[in-house]
Amino acid sequence: MADFLAEFLQTNLGIVVLVTAQCLLFTIILFVALAFLMYADRKVWAAVQQRKGPNVVGVFGLLQSFADFVKYIAKEIVVPAGADKFVYFMAPMLSFVLALIAWVVVPFNDGWEIATLNVAILYIFGMSSLEVYGVIMGGWASNSKYPFLGALRSAAQMISYEVSIGLIIIGVIISTGSMNLTDIVRAQEGSFGFFNWYWLPHLPMVFLFFISALAETNRPPFDLPEAESELVAGYQVEYSSTPFLLYMMGELIAIVLMCALVTLLFFGGWLSPIPGLPDGVMWMILKMSFFFFIFAMVKAIVPRYRYDQLMRIGWKVFLPLSLGWVVFIAFMAKFEILGQFWARWAMLGMGG
Amino acid sequence: MTPVDFVFYLFSFCLLTGGIFTVISKQPVHSVLWMILSFLSGAGLMVLLGAEFVAMLLIIVYVGAVMVLFLFVVMMLDVDFAELRAEMAKQLPLALVIGLVLIMQLAMAFGAWELGGGVEILDSPMGTPEGAGAHNTAALGLLLYDKYFLLFQLSGLILLVAMVGAIVLTMRHRKDVKRQDILEQMYRDPAKTMELVDLKPGEGLK
Repeated sequence: MADFLAEFLQTNLGIVVLVTAQCLLFTIILFVALAFLMYADRKVWAAVQQRKGPNVVGVFGLLQSFADFVKYIAKEIVVPAGADKFVYFMAPMLSFVLALIAWVVVPFNDGWEIATLNVAILYIFGMSSLEVYGVIMGGWASNSKYPFLGALRSAAQMISYEVSIGLIIIGVIISTGSMNLTDIVRAQEGSFGFFNWYWLPHLPMVFLFFISALAETNRPPFDLPEAESELVAGYQVEYSSTPFLLYMMGELIAIVLMCALVTLLFFGGWLSPIPGLPDGVMWMILKMSFFFFIFAMVKAIVPRYRYDQLMRIGWKVFLPLSLGWVVFIAFMAKFEILGQFWARWAMLGMGG
Repeated sequence: MTPVDFVFYLFSFCLLTGGIFTVISKQPVHSVLWMILSFLSGAGLMVLLGAEFVAMLLIIVYVGAVMVLFLFVVMMLDVDFAELRAEMAKQLPLALVIGLVLIMQLAMAFGAWELGGGVEILDSPMGTPEGAGAHNTAALGLLLYDKYFLLFQLSGLILLVAMVGAIVLTMRHRKDVKRQDILEQMYRDPAKTMELVDLKPGEGLK
């Protein structure tokens, strides 16, 4: 039986079945995790404001997200008159699917990834740059003023912050000499544990990346596309029921993806912070949860930016800083100043 | 038909469908969306060819940035597209001629490729970049930054000039607009700008 299975998995059909099964398994795990992350997000937010937060459904309100889920699904879908129906329903699906497919290249442990790509980091970057279409299409297809304004804002914002995210990623790629996420994590391995990770050599960029990630995923304090005091709810004003749920989930998945990206790029992925302790998937999960907690805290604590301030930070502060940092990193890595502090490709046995 | 063939035909079909609907769809925003589909299919074909770096660049640069700007412009434009479309029929002969020329060019290129021994050209030292055994990202990088360094820098310079030109042409300073000066705000001295006054009841500020 085992022989047959091993043989079957080598055939074309076997590979298709295996990959589909992996994707399904991952999606189920992610969805269950999302339900509790949503709950955690609301609880943190409530705790900062000295409220109780969701506490009715289940013990401590743990099942609140599932109740919300049922409510979203059971509601009626209202389509605005004059909406472009095809694009209108396409937009939330696009937003959701694009957020989900970026996960195929994320390694949770050494080799725990669905697809191994040489250009994994570019793939994630590309998929997150496509997410803007869900927003623009939704805003346009609703045939309404507020969603349209929200969509335009969002498009401008996401494109601006993609530039600085791209440049920060280039710094990490130069240090590693590879675009494979597994290689990037392996390059951070060393005898000093926590102090071997990229957060130390790339220290200023960690903060820039985190802030850009907030802007890229439309999280507070940069949630201007859906600023309720100005635009009601931005691009999702006209959405209800399941399409709205898809938008919400797409956004949340993108946020968790950004947590995973920060962990992989700067905080050593599945590597253990203390030398001697075993590496493993639990470190990855722990680090991601920690960054999600920070995301939630930022949402609760920082007031919303004004739109011109947001654009100013993106173009006049982050872009020059990250561009300058790329030049600096290239110089330090090329001449191997401080040995392998910045130039880590030698550790992986790759030629520069 | 191998799976690769199947995927190839799938992507090609999407590419052609996207291209055709870009031209014939009535709504300009739909045109742009169809065009995005054909770009994505093109990226898929690149992956099939083993050029994953180019495919990702196509997605990031064209689909992620250029087409967003296209969509922006098309959504904002106040042009009667129905009228433009009526005039399109007049341009049909010219379009057919251009299409024919393109097909002939492709046929000639393909003919030369066939006569020259096809893939063998790529295997000869003339056709392949050094380090072609490595990932094609690394091979491209070596070629661009070592062999064709000056040309690469030159093309960058041309793009920079174009960008500076575009900014200079459209930049105008409006004097009547109040602007926020962040540095000035940060370096304001509270002692100079604020005054605390202790008022007694029934008294106002003079």
